[in-house]
Amino acid sequence: MKPKALIMSGYGLNCEEETKYAFDKAGAVGDIVHINDLIDREKNLSDYQILALPGGFSYGDDTGSGNAFANKIKNHLWEKIQSFVQKDHLVIGICNGFQILANLGIFPVQFALTHNDSARYTVRWVDLKVENNSPWLQGIHTLSLPIAHGEGKLFADNNTLSRLNKKNMVALRYVEGEICRYQTLTPNPNGSIEDIAGITDKSGKIFGLMPHPERALFFTNLPHWPYLKEKYRREKKAVPEIGPGLSLFKNAVHYFS
Amino acid sequence: MVNRIEIISKIPDTRAVVREKKLGKPVTIVDVYSIDKKFTAQQLRNITSMLTNSVVQEVSINTGLAPIKFSWAIEIGFLPGVTDNVANTASESIEDLLKITFKNEEQVYTSQITFINADLTHEDVIKIANSLYNPIIQRASIKSYQQYKKDKGMGNAIPKVKLDQSRKIDKVDLHVSEEELIDIGKKGIKNNDGTRRGPLALDLAYMKTIKSYFHKLGRNPTDIELESIAQTWSEHCKHTIFHDPIDDIKKGLFKTYIQNATEKIRKTKSTKGRSSSGVDFCVSVFEDNSGAIEFDDDYLITDKAETHNSPSALDPYCGAITGIVGVNRDTLGFGLGAKPIINRYGFCFADTKDTTSLYKGKNFSQKMLEPKRIMMGVIDGVNSGGNCSGIPSPQGFFVFDKRYKGKPLVFVGTVGLIPKKIHGKKSYVKKAKPGDYIVMVGGRVGQDGIHGATFSSEAMDSGSPATAVQIGDPITQKKLSDAIVKEARELGLYNSITDNGAGGLSCSVAEMAKESGGCLVNLEKVPLKYPGLAPWQIWISESQERMTLAVPKNKWKTFYKLMKQRGVEATVIGVFTKSEKCIVTYHDKTIMNVSMKFLHYGLPQRPMKTNYVQPKYKESIIHKPKNIKKLLLHLLKHLNITGFEFVSMQYDHEVQAGSVQKPLQGRGRVNADATVTRPLLTSPKGVIISQGINPFYGDIDTYHMAACSIDTAVRNAVAAGANIDYLALMDNFCWCQSNDPHRLGQLKRAVKACYDYSIVYGTPFISGKDSMFNDFKGFDEKGKPVSISIPPTLLISSLAIIDDCSKTVSMDLKFAGDLIYILGETHEEMGASEYFNLYNYTSKRVPKVEAQKNKKLYKALYQCIQRDLIASSISVSRGGLGVALAKTAIAGMLGMDVSLKNLPGTVKRDDFALFSESQGRIIVSINPQNKKQFEKIMGNIPCAFLGIVVDTTLSIRGLTNTMIFQAKVTDLLKSYKSTFKNY
Repeated sequence: MKPKALIMSGYGLNCEEETKYAFDKAGAVGDIVHINDLIDREKNLSDYQILALPGGFSYGDDTGSGNAFANKIKNHLWEKIQSFVQKDHLVIGICNGFQILANLGIFPVQFALTHNDSARYTVRWVDLKVENNSPWLQGIHTLSLPIAHGEGKLFADNNTLSRLNKKNMVALRYVEGEICRYQTLTPNPNGSIEDIAGITDKSGKIFGLMPHPERALFFTNLPHWPYLKEKYRREKKAVPEIGPGLSLFKNAVHYFS
Repeated sequence: MVNRIEIISKIPDTRAVVREKKLGKPVTIVDVYSIDKKFTAQQLRNITSMLTNSVVQEVSINTGLAPIKFSWAIEIGFLPGVTDNVANTASESIEDLLKITFKNEEQVYTSQITFINADLTHEDVIKIANSLYNPIIQRASIKSYQQYKKDKGMGNAIPKVKLDQSRKIDKVDLHVSEEELIDIGKKGIKNNDGTRRGPLALDLAYMKTIKSYFHKLGRNPTDIELESIAQTWSEHCKHTIFHDPIDDIKKGLFKTYIQNATEKIRKTKSTKGRSSSGVDFCVSVFEDNSGAIEFDDDYLITDKAETHNSPSALDPYCGAITGIVGVNRDTLGFGLGAKPIINRYGFCFADTKDTTSLYKGKNFSQKMLEPKRIMMGVIDGVNSGGNCSGIPSPQGFFVFDKRYKGKPLVFVGTVGLIPKKIHGKKSYVKKAKPGDYIVMVGGRVGQDGIHGATFSSEAMDSGSPATAVQIGDPITQKKLSDAIVKEARELGLYNSITDNGAGGLSCSVAEMAKESGGCLVNLEKVPLKYPGLAPWQIWISESQERMTLAVPKNKWKTFYKLMKQRGVEATVIGVFTKSEKCIVTYHDKTIMNVSMKFLHYGLPQRPMKTNYVQPKYKESIIHKPKNIKKLLLHLLKHLNITGFEFVSMQYDHEVQAGSVQKPLQGRGRVNADATVTRPLLTSPKGVIISQGINPFYGDIDTYHMAACSIDTAVRNAVAAGANIDYLALMDNFCWCQSNDPHRLGQLKRAVKACYDYSIVYGTPFISGKDSMFNDFKGFDEKGKPVSISIPPTLLISSLAIIDDCSKTVSMDLKFAGDLIYILGETHEEMGASEYFNLYNYTSKRVPKVEAQKNKKLYKALYQCIQRDLIASSISVSRGGLGVALAKTAIAGMLGMDVSLKNLPGTVKRDDFALFSESQGRIIVSINPQNKKQFEKIMGNIPCAFLGIVVDTTLSIRGLTNTMIFQAKVTDLLKSYKSTFKNY
């Protein structure tokens, strides 16, 4: 049976459609559910195996990115989320979704996602190295994805950092890879501490990341696809259709099969 | 009871670092929430912990929080009544947390304190404060260290709204002298104290018509009636200059040239199958808030571009954000509501290095913002509007000229997507029915944006109203947008929808009332941001993020429940009727009763005469430049050519996951002239968009300016892979002094060119907009009167649909050894080129478009791209061949060995060959293996082999095959990116 993924929406979240598409394409059944429909019990979180908090601009980042939406969850859905994560379920928070998870306190450590070093919203691609064996990241060693955020710099004190490292909770780090070399970009786009781009809880099942895997589902999403297309054609190789982001969603589906 | 929560960052605050860089002084930032409501101490602690993040922030409640060392503190907050989005979110969160509701007077306000630690005089600090806030929407208070310590903080003043205006309805006596009629029309209705309410932009002919209408009714108009007619008849809404007779063109410019061209083109195209000029893809043109073309069997693509010039001059951030979010509503307001999928932008500013002052008022009063501040504010505004709404903003341009100093131009556009059929009915047909509720959805109404429509129909001067600025709240609109196009639309809960833009309710309701045949509005039902608004203000306010819908009575309950569930306010404010009257009541008293016919069609025509005089230009004697290398490197730094990566990298172009050809291309990240997006993830089809704008050519001849703009918009899209047979256009005219017969003559020529060239290209116009009075009247820095008019400016936007978005080409060279070709001819068309403008050379030889020839070329290139024969492709535009060669090289970070000895065309000099801006040219590179096939398709089209791609250096040999330019690509890159390096 296909696993069911609940993609939350509302109050300025805006990546729910492409996130649903990613889950559907990967073999899950994606369902976009407005947070108020969860609060009013029109839909039940317990009917799903995967919870996704997609990217966006919930509450316009007012009072701190992700904060107001996290407060709404705390005020109305906290127990349901608790019981959801206690089961063998998966959670992903992408970009604003990660900021919401961070403010929600669902990870066992206290950290903040704060203003980029540039103090400016930044849109580009990054290269990532996989650091733990979260179910979301099985079989992936490196990958490149786009980012688009103003508050993606992860900050934590030294104690928290060493806990993150010791407990294998660091999931993704920014590294210099194919895209950075291609476009001559610095690996760390926001000044994130120890180049951290994404973390998980200790089990690896709750995953938050600043980059957007759902924006990298097609080969033609890559910034250098026109170059690669020429290269592959000259090497008489097939030009791929799929982008690097899909593997994360496939992993989630695979986890339940 | 005001509670003040102050917040300071525990870790280095990057916002303070950026501000330090700007001010050159050490800075600390403290954010403040002032909550005007009583709480227990525990409640306050809970609120504080909810609003802050203890990992990175330190807070204080009701005591000042300041760095240990500082010399001055500047607190900046909003003026009363100005929308404070963060405060609204905070109060919503507080209500949710404590399960309470804020009463009317109770509110949250935000402000920010900048602490500066430097030895400064009070005057210095005032200057700094002035650079940080805009008195039109904000207030600033300044305290020295001593004062701050003495007062124990900044104090807790809050910007509570206090409106003490009378809410009674005034009759306006029109039986007055002609002078007074003119004054009412120009400056507005007189208040009791002799002040005036702001421009109605009604001239004497209009005022007399209104007078005689009410004379026949045996009464004077009420203030709301006069204000309402002014909105509906404004140039901004009725576009009389494009619709009224001009010279012997009885049907006006729009019908004769724009609409007629589209009709003719549609007739040449077949409705089914393929004719030699393709299918007729137009579906809804010129009749709705956007134009629409067919995307595939199931979907339509809509497009619309707007300007928001006057508000952006007053407050660049607010003007730009409301511009972009406003044009999004032209998408939501298309048919039954289209989903915004791509934003476009384009900005015209004065040189950012120009710091001389301009004043709107006498005696150095009402200072205008400096060009750089306008530019940065506008960039920020579109950033917030686009990014917060989750709409990608890939495509844009910058044009700089000193004549944009009085009024900047801010172009914003939105492409939308809508299913062709909803519930089996055509989605692009809508009709409010008699008996349907008039429903206002979204934000509330305040004083913001009053007289926007009439204001933008006038030159900017000391009478320009401050209330014309609106504040944007993208999240309120996002909630509304999602609730409508993702839910209510599919449920068939409404019959019609339109946007509340210029003129607010007065225009949206009256416009929809045309569909049913009348309306009855109960104005007291309109939800307000704060009490105290006069009825006429409620009716014409341009408060943002609102749509008006026609909801059938039996669907209202379901509709209301859905909106409530989505956090969207929806209110019935009246009912559509078939009374042929627009009637407005306020607490059971009729305050407006005007016939629909008079309101919409009562305005008299004002035939115009033009008097066009061809400007005379001396042909300068041009000495051959000694150093072409220096010249080209210099041009790459020029404001109109240089890269603006800092903008492309802050505008989200990846959201919605359909990014294909991006705004920054290749290894060198060069700004692209066209971008490609995949609007439906389930389909490989793509949308190519581009823009063409050439105001400089208009100095010589607006006819050729328009022709070049069309060719540029088409050519850029074709270079990326568009099929000219499936390409639509939009026009945005931004003109100046449009009462002047010469300016009207220039306009007529430009519009005629739109007709001529769109017909040859077979590219129909599907939507357009104009802004006719981009003039400034004020005083210079010596206090002398000065008037500045923009150069006549025409933006042409292009929109193409392709079957397979992977059959598109980027501009970057791909591999050493590839062959480089130039397509098209180069002539000595140097007039108003970047090269000539740089040295103030003049020539009347403006580029002329040879549309028939170009069309063949564009079709051939499309064939080549479809067959994967093209490795890179770049359109030759500002700066000519030299700049295009440099850009394609920088993008690929590869060099070239090229020679111009076989360059097609009549050009005779090397510098002219490199910098002529002849239209219709594209440079491509191809895999040598594709040579035969490529040349065969090109056939007898003007096309020449220029040379080959090499590793690191761009070498150009001239017309006689001698070396005229050699530079490392890394040096080209440095020049191209140097101008905005630190932005």
